[in-house]
Amino acid sequence: MLDTLKARIYQGKQFIKDIENAPMREQFRGFPVLKKGIDTSVCEGICPTGALNLNPLSIDMGKCTFCGACERACKAIDLTNGYKLASTSREKLIVTPETTYEDYLKSAVEVKKEIVKMFGKSLKLRQVSAGGCNGCEMELNACSNVNFDMGRFGIDFVASPRHADGIVITGPISENMAYALEDCYKSVPAPKLVILCGACAISGGVFQDSEHINREFLDKYPIDLYIPGCPVHPLTFINAILSYIKDKK
Amino acid sequence: MAKWIKVKNNTKINLSDIPGMGIDELRRQIIELAKRPIGFFGKDWGFGCVRLFVILADDANGDLYLSSAIFGPNDKSYESITQDVPAFHMFEREFYEQFGIEPLHHPWLKPVRLNQDKYPFFEMEGEEVHQVAVGPIHAGVIEPGHFRFMCNGETVYHLEIMLGYQHRGVEDMMLKNPSNQLAESINGDSAIAYNIAYSQAIEALKGIEISNKAQLIRKAALEMERMAIHIGDLGAIAGDIAYLMGAAVFGATRTLVINTMLSFCGSRFGRGLVTVGGVNYDLSEAAIQDALKTFDKVGKDVDRMVNTMLKNSTVMSRLEKTGTVSMERAKEIGLVGMAARSSGVDIDTRFDFPDKWMGELDIKRKPFKASGDVNSRFKLRYKEVKESLSMIRKIFDKLKEYKDEPIIAEGVNNNYSSDAMVISLAEGWRGEIVHIVMTDINRKISRYKIKDPSFNNWYGLALAVRNNGVSDFPLCNKSFNLSYSGNDL
Repeated sequence: MLDTLKARIYQGKQFIKDIENAPMREQFRGFPVLKKGIDTSVCEGICPTGALNLNPLSIDMGKCTFCGACERACKAIDLTNGYKLASTSREKLIVTPETTYEDYLKSAVEVKKEIVKMFGKSLKLRQVSAGGCNGCEMELNACSNVNFDMGRFGIDFVASPRHADGIVITGPISENMAYALEDCYKSVPAPKLVILCGACAISGGVFQDSEHINREFLDKYPIDLYIPGCPVHPLTFINAILSYIKDKK
Repeated sequence: MAKWIKVKNNTKINLSDIPGMGIDELRRQIIELAKRPIGFFGKDWGFGCVRLFVILADDANGDLYLSSAIFGPNDKSYESITQDVPAFHMFEREFYEQFGIEPLHHPWLKPVRLNQDKYPFFEMEGEEVHQVAVGPIHAGVIEPGHFRFMCNGETVYHLEIMLGYQHRGVEDMMLKNPSNQLAESINGDSAIAYNIAYSQAIEALKGIEISNKAQLIRKAALEMERMAIHIGDLGAIAGDIAYLMGAAVFGATRTLVINTMLSFCGSRFGRGLVTVGGVNYDLSEAAIQDALKTFDKVGKDVDRMVNTMLKNSTVMSRLEKTGTVSMERAKEIGLVGMAARSSGVDIDTRFDFPDKWMGELDIKRKPFKASGDVNSRFKLRYKEVKESLSMIRKIFDKLKEYKDEPIIAEGVNNNYSSDAMVISLAEGWRGEIVHIVMTDINRKISRYKIKDPSFNNWYGLALAVRNNGVSDFPLCNKSFNLSYSGNDL
């Protein structure tokens, strides 16, 4: 008992107090900043997922695995440590040289009054891994650990879709999971959210050319939030949800 | 011609050197040799023929035995090897699923990844017997798989595990567009180990020698991955027995390790670090010093928490004698990696198929008193965390000698050798990850075979939960922490 108490006292407080302004290490590869007027021909064919478009220059964060191959090859591309990457619109994930991080933060997530009213104080999510490699899954688990402690904002992962306000999808949606995913979605009581987490879920990522994926679900149902990453960093995920359900004003 | 050729891992083999024989003869040889299977896979050999390659590991001598058999267009079955060597059961099921050649009298010939709607579940009958079906979507944030328990009251008689939900056709994708990014996404919790296995294979096929520095950085990263996951799993085991302080402390400690990885290469799981030809990021002296300081703290935190837990009788009563797999069973069904080691089967490709650094850094295998239960797997994780810590210190020390070496070798864009094969092994935290790559006469990759340790070990979990309470399943499951995506590919 005494040992347990000692270990507890030694640990102290571990949580990140201000999660919305938490510092991120320089080395993190996040929001891409693109520069015009630099020769990008060395990047030809370098992108494993086709996220990088050279003419005109743009990066689709929905496809990007943030592997850094283009950044290492060419000075025109800089993957900064900006970790707030989420958007409510698929189109906005495409970053051009004109997009600055500040502008992106202002416009990427469209806050809706009814969402804030309904889910602002409590959002329970059911996670569905549909071909996910366990990278995003581990990071989503980390969201609930003592460091990130997502539960303090009323955001939790729950065991049953019947208890959930929405689903978080990871993975490119394998053929074998397509039925279970749709079944799970139908079991969530309306109104409900669909959140795509990670490059695989948003675009298929490195698996976009696989013959064993089935992404029909995404055409059938509306998507509320896109959270880029490979895998999605816990700070990216928590801030994405907060920006969508909390009213900043 | 000899019946087998002995080869080394990560070494190019000419396809013409691989012996072939009839399947009956091959079957007899396999049973006679009594070595551990690490590869048993087919390849389309043209004109309706299929060539079956078999790779057996001789762990005591660090050799791989390789041979093959050809099935003609009309050969659609053979006598199964599983009847005599149970460790082949998954391999034969996979071969049947991929090539339609039936292993006759296979005791458990069920789908591996496809045709789930036709899966014939094992049924038990009896007044008190009931079934509990779980999944594919589980209660937690984990990958999908279907479990079916045959229970008598609280006691599990049998657990059947049906997987395949994660199937993305990775082996086929590797033929069309192989890349480091794809390799590390096959199984994201072992991103570094997978990427190393892939890169080693490609380097051998392209004849690339990577620098000492790159080798050491890879080695350190692999141990960091092992450490991070093991610490996380110690926490998960604590969480599953409702010892929440353990879960909290180990969770926070794991964060320290993976954040160190982030400062090395920009990703918490080491994505983007390893590349064909070496590594993408150099470790600065300052980064290494920071890491060493962090690891001192990690070591102390883990020591303190593990010892607190092991002294606690309520913890021990949940860990001891729960989910036991005996050494005989582990050998019989061919468990690998840490699951095997915690049942007393001491196989570890880091030591059995050592690279030059194991000798140079004087890294020795340490004995472990295994009992095969959750407690054993808990303590083994703790042991391996400490060993990884000491290995990483040695590696960082050695790195100083190679300060000026490049991190990426020349020749990354070379062509593949033609008509060749490479068997690449990497000991991920779960166990051996095997990548086998073959090229054709046009210098294209013609077959890419992957074997995750989970492929061997899932059946170990099924055995572990027998005669345990259903409520202990999560604990048993976490103590193994097997991969779905690595199994389903």
